[in-house]
Amino acid sequence: MSPPTETPAREPAPAESAPPPVVAPGAVEETPLRRIAADFAESRLAVAGLALFLAILAVAATAPLISPQNPYDLAQLDVLDSRLEPGARSGDGKQTFWLGTDDQGRDMLSAIFYGLRISLGVGVAATLGALALGLTLGLLAAFLGGRADTFIMRVADIQLSFPAILIALVLLALLGQGVDKIIVALIAVQWAYYARTVRGAALVERSKEYIEAATCLALPARRIVFRHLLPNCLPPVIVVATVQVAAAITLEATLSFLGLGLPITEPSLGLLIANGFTYLLSGKYWISFFPGVALLATIVSINLVGDQLRDVLNPRLQR
Amino acid sequence: MLVYVIRRLLQSVVVLLAMSLLVFVGVYAIGNPVDILINPNADQEDIERAIKGLGLDKPLWEQYFVFLRQALAGDLGKSFAFNVPAIQLIVERMPATIELATAATLIAIVFGLPLGLWAGLKPRSAAGRTIMAGSILGFSLPTFWVGLMLIMVFSVHLGWLPSSGRGPTTPLLGVPVSFLSWDGLRHLVMPATNLALFNLALVIRLARAGTREALVQDYVKFARAKGLSNARIVGVHVLKNISIPIVTVIGLQFGSLIAFAIVTETIFAWPGMGKLIIDSINVLDRPVIVAYLLIIVTLFIVINLLVDLLYSVLDPRIRLADART
Repeated sequence: MSPPTETPAREPAPAESAPPPVVAPGAVEETPLRRIAADFAESRLAVAGLALFLAILAVAATAPLISPQNPYDLAQLDVLDSRLEPGARSGDGKQTFWLGTDDQGRDMLSAIFYGLRISLGVGVAATLGALALGLTLGLLAAFLGGRADTFIMRVADIQLSFPAILIALVLLALLGQGVDKIIVALIAVQWAYYARTVRGAALVERSKEYIEAATCLALPARRIVFRHLLPNCLPPVIVVATVQVAAAITLEATLSFLGLGLPITEPSLGLLIANGFTYLLSGKYWISFFPGVALLATIVSINLVGDQLRDVLNPRLQR
Repeated sequence: MLVYVIRRLLQSVVVLLAMSLLVFVGVYAIGNPVDILINPNADQEDIERAIKGLGLDKPLWEQYFVFLRQALAGDLGKSFAFNVPAIQLIVERMPATIELATAATLIAIVFGLPLGLWAGLKPRSAAGRTIMAGSILGFSLPTFWVGLMLIMVFSVHLGWLPSSGRGPTTPLLGVPVSFLSWDGLRHLVMPATNLALFNLALVIRLARAGTREALVQDYVKFARAKGLSNARIVGVHVLKNISIPIVTVIGLQFGSLIAFAIVTETIFAWPGMGKLIIDSINVLDRPVIVAYLLIIVTLFIVINLLVDLLYSVLDPRIRLADART
């Protein structure tokens, strides 16, 4: 977008101001956000992923409204309807079980909607919590420097060198079962990624001139950190957060599958899959298969979006 | 270099002590230590005798030192469920898990490197795009679900592979291994592939990213200008430069594989350490849990240390930077 070049050997411009630059009629100003959105949309796969994720989010949010049956209301279940194949009709002929039923007569489709709700809820809540904790600690480390910095980063590094599943396993073995305990375990496992990322970005930004200017203006430290430093450290953090939501959902599903995660009163997709494990060998695959597909769709869509975001925001691959 | 090694060793010892303290506090202080260490089915007299014998009536810091001393001597308590020393149980099961993790690492490298290289060399081709889509699937698919699907397809529908267990083992230098017999290999294939998927996807992505970055570098242009064949450029120069991060990531992931084996072993009933820990958590066999955690932490620290050293050995830039300081 360079200004039009002037022809050489021209007499100096007249005393009146030069004519304003010509803008094509209907052109839209290109802000950074628009550029990122345009780059993102270059990959059809990523856009498809985003659409799928938004659809899943909508389903999870409206689960009680759109499910044909409330699978956790015992009055609506009939154990004679158990283990029916996909597409079968219930004993009283009133409903069709599009994805079959499990061993207690619950409609799989409804169970999957409710399960998605819980899985997504726990995943997002844990990510937000880890984000808050990690951002605060990372920014503190970058801003304070010195001993605090070394200590916080050492703890984060040690934690990152152990696999998440082990830390979560130990925490849950000590804390017991429950939604809040699982969220605590997931936060404890994930805060270190955010802390490291934001500290790296903050260290780079801290030496830039706008921070120096803000310091010269004697703005309070809190304002400098949260209003000036933080927004400029966000791009890598957003990428990490997107991928970590998927990781949180997978970890929660794995822990539920192993029997250590959410209790049976709030079953997530992992527990549904675990329920179906025993029926796999007798050919009743749908009890495990369909919740797995739902889990897969969620994770793949989030990963597609996160992948493209990372490519778009990566300065090394800039065209 | 020597300073680096010593510093890392000291750091490792500190981490080990910190972890032992955490494990100790977790097991001894949270929850009732009597239930944790003494079989809850014992009667009152036995309980009191056990309390005195285990030193539970002493102050906490004194108990911690006793715990450390015993741990250093190799005694980490006796399992409630099996009534044998916990360490013995774990050491018996370790070869199975290590074999599984090694097989998974081999699969990841042997298939992942060539596929990733290909995707990096021809990123816009159909094959390149398929490989990348495959890798996204590989790392989004939850391990346990893939295991279930593998059993469904290969054991239930096709009947080619056994669905669980380790099968007959042959001793190799006194350690029972599965890969030396055909039947053992049949039992090993599915769990190893299941475990390998995540790492396979990771290696493919790393190799592709590394290849794409390496191909625009000056040394590749120079090699082409010199007239070297494509095979030599890729096979010798590019491969060497992308191997360093891949080797270190794989090395670090080895520990993670041992942890993730928990899931695979549960699904395939593979008699390793992972299955032991899940069973122990379910029956609250805490001496085994404590012993497992300490052994795993030690293993991790050793692996991380070795990988860090390997990295500085493989990458001459780090060695030279160290020598200059």
